[in-house]
Amino acid sequence: MSERVIEALLLVAASVGVLTTIGIVVVLLLEAVEFFTVINPIDFLTGTVWSASILPFRFGVIPLVVSTLEVAFIALIVAVPLGLLAAVYLAEYASSRVRNVVKPILETIAGIPTIVLGFFALNFLTPVILRPLFSSVGTFNILSAGIVVGLLITPLIGSLSEDALRAVPRGLREGAFAMGATRFEVVRRVVVPAALSGVMASIILAMSRAVGETMAVAVANGFNPQLTVNPLEQGGTMATFIAQITSGDTPQDSIQFKSLFAVALVLFSMTLVLNLISNRIVARYRNKYA
Amino acid sequence: MTAATTPAVDTPPRFNPQVSRRQLTGTIFLGACMAAIGLLLIALIALLVDVLTKGVPWLDVGFLTGVPSRRAAAAGILPALVGSLEIGLMTGLISFPIGVAAAIYLEEYARDTFVTRALRTNIANLAGVPSIIYGIFGLAIFVRVLGLGRSPLAAALTLALLIMPIVIIATIEALRAVPDSQREGAYALGATRWQTVRGSVLPAAAPGIVTGVILAMARAIGEAAPIIVIGAAAFVTFLPTPLQEGFSILPIQVFQWAARPQADFQGIAAAAILVLLILMVILNGLAIVVRNRLARNIQW
Repeated sequence: MSERVIEALLLVAASVGVLTTIGIVVVLLLEAVEFFTVINPIDFLTGTVWSASILPFRFGVIPLVVSTLEVAFIALIVAVPLGLLAAVYLAEYASSRVRNVVKPILETIAGIPTIVLGFFALNFLTPVILRPLFSSVGTFNILSAGIVVGLLITPLIGSLSEDALRAVPRGLREGAFAMGATRFEVVRRVVVPAALSGVMASIILAMSRAVGETMAVAVANGFNPQLTVNPLEQGGTMATFIAQITSGDTPQDSIQFKSLFAVALVLFSMTLVLNLISNRIVARYRNKYA
Repeated sequence: MTAATTPAVDTPPRFNPQVSRRQLTGTIFLGACMAAIGLLLIALIALLVDVLTKGVPWLDVGFLTGVPSRRAAAAGILPALVGSLEIGLMTGLISFPIGVAAAIYLEEYARDTFVTRALRTNIANLAGVPSIIYGIFGLAIFVRVLGLGRSPLAAALTLALLIMPIVIIATIEALRAVPDSQREGAYALGATRWQTVRGSVLPAAAPGIVTGVILAMARAIGEAAPIIVIGAAAFVTFLPTPLQEGFSILPIQVFQWAARPQADFQGIAAAAILVLLILMVILNGLAIVVRNRLARNIQW
């Protein structure tokens, strides 16, 4: 085969990703437009009642968005302190021997299928931990879903933040030490501020991951699209709605089924914006000390 | 630019001469760090203990070789296990050549142009698309447009796209780790670009690439969300073939059993989780073995 042909073939392979992106956007837009010819997009985006399985059908996406953000925020409340403290410990305090043991163990959390975390929430977290603390907590609840999603994004924040902390040049630390700062003062006033952009990027990326998580939430919280901010109650996220409507026997040409594409479009837009912000932060501050 | 590149170090309002107090704050902080790691380890252990105590009593030969049943005691996992292995293998076989070729193009061929940068940015963004969105794409394109139906092949194609960014990124890292002297040596002998890549760079990068692909397959086997959208069947008592409609996979089986309130079904869900986790451990172990095996032949 000539060199030209090979290069062309490799380029075709490299274009698969672009085709996937275009394909996703086109599929979501085409099907969502069909939905929006029946349902007014303004009503969809501002409506506060979602009922796609019980008559009368109502398609107001606000309850789904509220539940989704609730899960994501609880996840961040869990994951940001755990991930950052773990990252600081591994980057600044741990000996390489401790690090080589602890880091792979923490990273296995990231490798656990998310449905397993959902099972853990339903069978352990809710009945054993949350029920004794909050007597009103339901079998399915947003809080347990948020906590396990927090667990699954902690390694993401931890390992990306650790990279950012390690990228801070030694000289900065030594300068601070030379001025008589204690180890904690060096971490708090020099290393963490210098690594802040990387840390922020990791948190935003983790939030995007939490917004799109499906299976852990589907098992821990189920799907009940009520407009509630009480995390002890059951909610319904955008991703779990998509799972629910596609796993049932809803006819694929019905308006209820079509609504999933509109919901998916909102979900896709939210994660895309978060990813772009995160990439932007990383790109802007890359090689800051090079 | 100096001002912008200097980190924002805020000076304390005044110097605190009490070193022992300052050390104490540090000790408390270190304690918090270790508590965070301890909490994560405890969560991981609690998860394993919970799944083990609920699942082990149900895990026997009958469970591994049986088919799903309306009674938990008679239910088995075989169709889902075979489905997971079959789809995992197909996913790997599809994403391996395309992902590696894409990475070779980006790393060894492409010049630093606008198009190349766009391709790279696109891969980073694809890695952040929620898996359930891939399921919607798969449903529209593979199931409907290509007419593959709700088949294992449609599932494998969808998962292959899902793990493609992981394969590409892992391959790029492996290619970057190959020193340029390796390439220059080949060019010096008169090799063309492709001969250099094939004969000199790829063998050196192979351990990293194969490890990346195996880990990506493990990721694919644990995914359930896109497969739900594609439409895994609720009740499969036959072993799936690639083009036949109707199949199940382990995470979907877990999902269906975990959705039932009875303790027995939670038990077999836990047993299915154990099978899934064992599969993950085997794949991760395989990745380590392959890396060590292949790396032994490389010296520079």
